Amino acid sequence: MIALLIRDLRLAMRAGGGFGLGLAFFLIVTVLVPFGVGPESATLARIAPGILWVGALLACLLSLDRIFQLDYEDGTLDLLATAPLPMEGAVAVKALAHWLVTGLPLTLSAPVFATLLNLPGTGHIWVFVTLLIGTPALSMIGAFGAALTVGLKRGGLLMSLLVLPLYIPTLIFGAEAATRGTEGMANATPLALMAGITAGSIALLPFAAAAAIRVNLR
Amino acid sequence: MTNAQRTKQADDRWNWLWEWANPVKFMALSGKVLPFAAAIAALTLVPGVIWGFFFTPEADKFGSSVKIIYVHVPTAMMAINIWVMMLVASLIWIVRRHQVSALAAKAAALIGMVMTLAALFTGAIWGEPMWGTYWAWDPRLTSFLILFLFYLGYMALWGAIENPDTAADLTAVLCIVGSVFALLSRYAVNFWNQGLHQGASLSLDKQENVSDVYWFPLVLTLVGFVALFVLLLLIRTRTEVRLRRLHALETRERMIDA
Repeated sequence: MIALLIRDLRLAMRAGGGFGLGLAFFLIVTVLVPFGVGPESATLARIAPGILWVGALLACLLSLDRIFQLDYEDGTLDLLATAPLPMEGAVAVKALAHWLVTGLPLTLSAPVFATLLNLPGTGHIWVFVTLLIGTPALSMIGAFGAALTVGLKRGGLLMSLLVLPLYIPTLIFGAEAATRGTEGMANATPLALMAGITAGSIALLPFAAAAAIRVNLR
Repeated sequence: MTNAQRTKQADDRWNWLWEWANPVKFMALSGKVLPFAAAIAALTLVPGVIWGFFFTPEADKFGSSVKIIYVHVPTAMMAINIWVMMLVASLIWIVRRHQVSALAAKAAALIGMVMTLAALFTGAIWGEPMWGTYWAWDPRLTSFLILFLFYLGYMALWGAIENPDTAADLTAVLCIVGSVFALLSRYAVNFWNQGLHQGASLSLDKQENVSDVYWFPLVLTLVGFVALFVLLLLIRTRTEVRLRRLHALETRERMIDA
């Protein structure tokens, strides 16, 4: 499992793309928003947590098809299917690798980008915390979507259509927790619910994703 | 299959039900049920809608706009129930591998999507005079929009995969996972915004129900929409079964040619 994780991380680093591109995309979304809604700092500060969440979610979506597609094409996935490691474990490791190269950098950079949107000081911490708890769910749900569409030639667009509705609960609770935290209100409830979604996704979705991959490899 | 397994299968006390998963038997039964479903749908929908539209009094505060309830509520109810039916059919397909079950789920998706759209549109038309807006991010409206997205994704996945068995498996997995997330979204949306909708008005608890004048034609249309769904579902599933047979015949012909 660890060998698979290291292999995936190394591939992501050396092949480029994945992790730099996601961050660049996130930066561009953050920069574009003020052009769209105007430069008043009060407006920007109010919508900043939501924008950062939507931006991170879209940046995460961007690199999802890389989770299984290349391995499917060059046959690695077939080898993984016959390996002693159960497919559920392989899926979980691959989702973890995706999170380490996309979710984690996004989380770390979000407080920096938040400055561009005039987010007040307390907001930086809450955006960081909510993304830290929420992005693993995004990677895991995304891995499920990628597993469903891995056999398709142009599955990318279809995958977005499948994955985005599944992201809705995480986004609602995450953005709500970040907004409430920024405004100094109690946000333990949405935070706990989002953590619940993350924990539930990590516990259950590997089984669904592994089932989908087995069907696709048949 | 070993002998022990065969005996076990023969002893299954649900066999009277699973028998109908045999496509030949299903076609025979559905052919007989079809006219009845059509008759029930016609006998309830036509009087129900006419009664509701022309022979109910106008409610205070609502005016004649209240009459859209006879389309809005049944379509909204069916939109959710059809998804539940798809979930059950998907589970049966995954557990027992009955082809008809997978085809029924596929056939139901489009009907469900149309019902969701109808509920959203009639709701928008009703919302304009009542709430002064066609659309608001009210929890129920939002949940229906999300449900619509789920139908869209489900059907897109069916359309994208060529191998019918792979498509049936993957859409079934999506339907199960999607159901969990649709339910989560429902509660998340409730949490996110307070609504404009009134509370439950059709529950069996009589306290806050609509008055009988509106209730009776509504029951008729509710039954009518269920019958209409059964009718459309049977027609569409029969078409799917026939398409599958056609495909098998074509493949066999090509095999003979080659």
